[in-house]
Amino acid sequence: MSIIDEVEALRRIPYFATMDSAKLKLLAFASHRLQLPLGGVLCREGEPGDAAYILLEGEAEVVVKTDDGHDVVVAKVPKNAFIGEIAVLRNVPRTATVVAASPITALKVGKDAFFQLLRDVPQFALEVMRELAERLEDTTDRLREAQGRLDAGK
Amino acid sequence: MERRLFTYIWRHSLREQLRIIALIALSLPFYFLSLNLPKLIVNGPIQGDGFADGAARTYYAVALPDWLGGVRLFDGLDLDRISALFALSFTFLGLVCINGLFKYRINVLKGRMGERLLRRLRYELVDRVLRFYPARLRRTKPAEVASMVKDEVEPLGGFVGEAFATPAYLGGQALTAVIFIMLQNPLLGLVAVGIVSIQAFLIPYLRKPILALGRQRQLTARELSGRVGEIVDAAADIQANDTSNWERADITRRLGRIYDIRFEIYRRKFFVKFLNNFLAQVTPFFFYAVGGYYAIMGELSIGQLVAVIAAYKDLPGPVKELLDWYLDKQDAQIKYEQVVEQFAAEKLIAEDMHAPVDPGPLKDGIEVREATVADDTGARLLDGVSFTIPAAAHVALAGPNGGGKEAAAALIARQASARSGAVVVDGQPIDTLPQAVTGRRIAYVGQDAYLFGVSLKDNLLYGLRNQPRRDAMREGPAAARAEARHAEDRQAGNAPFDAEADWIDYSLLGCDDVRGLDACLMRFVALAGLENDVFRFGLQGRFDPDDAPVVAERLLQARALFKSREMSGDVDIVEPFDAQHYNNQASIGENLLFGVAVGPAYAPDNLARNRTVSHLLDETGLTRPLFELGRGVAETMVEIFRGLPADHPFFAQFSFIAAADLPYFEQLLARLTSGQPPSAEQRARVLGLAFDYSESRHRLGLLDDEMRGRLLSARHLFNARLPAHERPKIAFYDADDYNEAASVEDNILFGRIVYGAPDAQMRIEQILQGVIAELGLKDDIARIGLGFHAGAAGKRLTPSQRQRLALARALVKNPDILVVNGALAVLDPQAQADILGRVAGARAGRGLVWTLSPGQDSAAFDRVISFEHGRIAGAA
Repeated sequence: MSIIDEVEALRRIPYFATMDSAKLKLLAFASHRLQLPLGGVLCREGEPGDAAYILLEGEAEVVVKTDDGHDVVVAKVPKNAFIGEIAVLRNVPRTATVVAASPITALKVGKDAFFQLLRDVPQFALEVMRELAERLEDTTDRLREAQGRLDAGK
Repeated sequence: MERRLFTYIWRHSLREQLRIIALIALSLPFYFLSLNLPKLIVNGPIQGDGFADGAARTYYAVALPDWLGGVRLFDGLDLDRISALFALSFTFLGLVCINGLFKYRINVLKGRMGERLLRRLRYELVDRVLRFYPARLRRTKPAEVASMVKDEVEPLGGFVGEAFATPAYLGGQALTAVIFIMLQNPLLGLVAVGIVSIQAFLIPYLRKPILALGRQRQLTARELSGRVGEIVDAAADIQANDTSNWERADITRRLGRIYDIRFEIYRRKFFVKFLNNFLAQVTPFFFYAVGGYYAIMGELSIGQLVAVIAAYKDLPGPVKELLDWYLDKQDAQIKYEQVVEQFAAEKLIAEDMHAPVDPGPLKDGIEVREATVADDTGARLLDGVSFTIPAAAHVALAGPNGGGKEAAAALIARQASARSGAVVVDGQPIDTLPQAVTGRRIAYVGQDAYLFGVSLKDNLLYGLRNQPRRDAMREGPAAARAEARHAEDRQAGNAPFDAEADWIDYSLLGCDDVRGLDACLMRFVALAGLENDVFRFGLQGRFDPDDAPVVAERLLQARALFKSREMSGDVDIVEPFDAQHYNNQASIGENLLFGVAVGPAYAPDNLARNRTVSHLLDETGLTRPLFELGRGVAETMVEIFRGLPADHPFFAQFSFIAAADLPYFEQLLARLTSGQPPSAEQRARVLGLAFDYSESRHRLGLLDDEMRGRLLSARHLFNARLPAHERPKIAFYDADDYNEAASVEDNILFGRIVYGAPDAQMRIEQILQGVIAELGLKDDIARIGLGFHAGAAGKRLTPSQRQRLALARALVKNPDILVVNGALAVLDPQAQADILGRVAGARAGRGLVWTLSPGQDSAAFDRVISFEHGRIAGAA
């Protein structure tokens, strides 16, 4: 898989579809490509958040350890999603572990490159914001749902 | 030091000077004989004077002068015309040889004397720097001192040989000529003397401002080297402050000043030269006019006039040279004064303070009585404090930063001197003790300890190099050479110590000989918390398998073990070097070479210009496809990076092409697109991009399997064809051999890390640690790490590593009292506390003085002395 294929894969992600081809190449060139087998660990809870990932192929699961030591899958990461950018943005350790739910191909964007891209490529910054907004909306929905269930249980 | 150069020269080379003058005196008769002989040959045998009718003439008769009685010592030989011609000619040849040999011998002696004196002077200057008090050193610019010792005194060496011999020789010559003219005609003699006198007085007078300018030139040049030294030292700060243009302006101003001075000197010098020539030429005018008048009037014979003019021809030469000598003398004197002035400190450390003696251990410790310490501005850092540091106790110096604890620590280690009061070590005032006592029995680590540009090991051992312990092992001719060298050292008044002797006192260290040394040093390194760093250096370091074949053997075992461990994982993390396979993780250049360049010839940057490589590419038809590949790389780089500003970090991190070169490649690509052929240089640049390319890393999709196959065959061809004299320039990868040009880690991995393998770095680290532990390689790798070069002033180390190393160096000395004065300030508090705990444990029963930061735990100390506002605020 060459950088051209990566650019193609990135372009299939709706948000990047309109981005300049040279900028997409830069994004691809500035990142590492990772390939993980099923069950491979993309990043671990508690590790420093030194990179964000873009899932090009396959699916991943977000796993959190509960207080009693069990692993609980809290979310699924679909193909073409952004992941791990919160730890980078906030400069905190990873809050969850991400495991490959199928063989996956991902682009790993290092912390420095990530920030540099945010600064230089407004579309990229916009994509990241959109992704975060979407996730916030999702979380709010689920919170409302949970609140509703709690209220109903009263 | 002597204030005047002549006194200095006289004092240190009197005997040699006299010897040379005697030799000159001895040579003069032969010189005059050789001048006289041509006349004899021409007048005698050639023109036939006195050989009338085949008669013989008497030659070589030797008689005492009349005023000694005129006794004939040798009656001479009767020779006919032909015999006389050859006899006189061969005599002339003999005299030429003798004169030449005299000249050669005199020059050698002069040169040797000059070099000896120069050497003595340089040594004395450095010796004085070693004896400066710290306060004096703070005002000294290193680059200026270096420029004085190196450049400014250099011309003095040349002058020393001329100092006495030249005036004696030339003066004699000039005097002879003057006397000769005087004898012919006193009036013309007076004219000649008059003009020479004008020259002798006027010229030096005119030269005076030139000399003053010369002095300024020397000062400004010295300041310039001081500033250049500062710029180099401050390079990082200059860039951090964006003040490079200010520095440019400052240098420009200085160069302008130097230019003005030099140009002024030039102008004046040539005016003096003009005047000098004029005066030399004006004398014959007087001879022609005045002498001619007397000749016409019949008061002077034509013969006399011709003789006077001929004699005068010999006069300007020596006079001019004498004047030159005088000016050189002035110049040398000024240079000497300017240098000596700089080194004349008001107070030097007495010579006997540096005597190599072995002091016994401290018994009582250090007592400070009513001591006051002030800084350069007179502000009191310590104000009449008294305290004691017992020889075997652990004492904390506490209190707010700047409250006096730092000055107290410096004071007891003789790093600061008390303005009033006293510091007493074992009952003796500290100022009267040789440095051997304070320097060996007490160790001091300050905040900015200096590290030398040598290996870590040599830095650690630095504190043990107090005096030669064992003579260097020399035999036969080497011993004789060393003996001669030392004799010469003494002649020049240099140090009586042998730098090649073994200076290290192993008994202090607690290990007996060189073999246990590294393990011994690592103990101290571990105390300072530096062992992981040293280990890392070892892994990144190179080592020569010939030094320790056993270690190389073990490292090869480590390679095998690493491979088996790595293979047992479910993902490949290292792609091994295999002569029969293209390594996808390595660049094209590496794949072609299949080895590590030794020296510059095959270094990655030079590969595209290497002729052997170009031939190979042409032969295998690879030039074209590789050029196209490089062109592809250039196209992508230009496309991606075109819009980015030149200082963008991506250039440094990712680009093949430096920001400054991007326009070059843009133009080059445009040229290629328009169908023009590239120049040789352009071709090399594009090929260079291709050599750096790795498909798995850069993923531009430019390398296919067919190309890999062709590169692989080229690799084999390259190896098979490489001429024998080129082989040492590459250390080829060989699975069964240690590669001395690659790092230890690369030798163990023996391959390239797979790009995109998750957690590759972490897993490699784990396997590596395991393998090293299992094979017991830790000590060996640490030993290689100790060979790591610290860089100029230790700049290859991080600040934290520097401070840890400085502490380890003090620990290695195994002192009676160790004084640690804010020496770990750049470390975080936890790391400081850990090191303090370890050091305190290791030094149980020995003296330890530690300045604590506010809030640091003092529980582990026997005593705590708190300082505030320069006074003791409390002791516990």
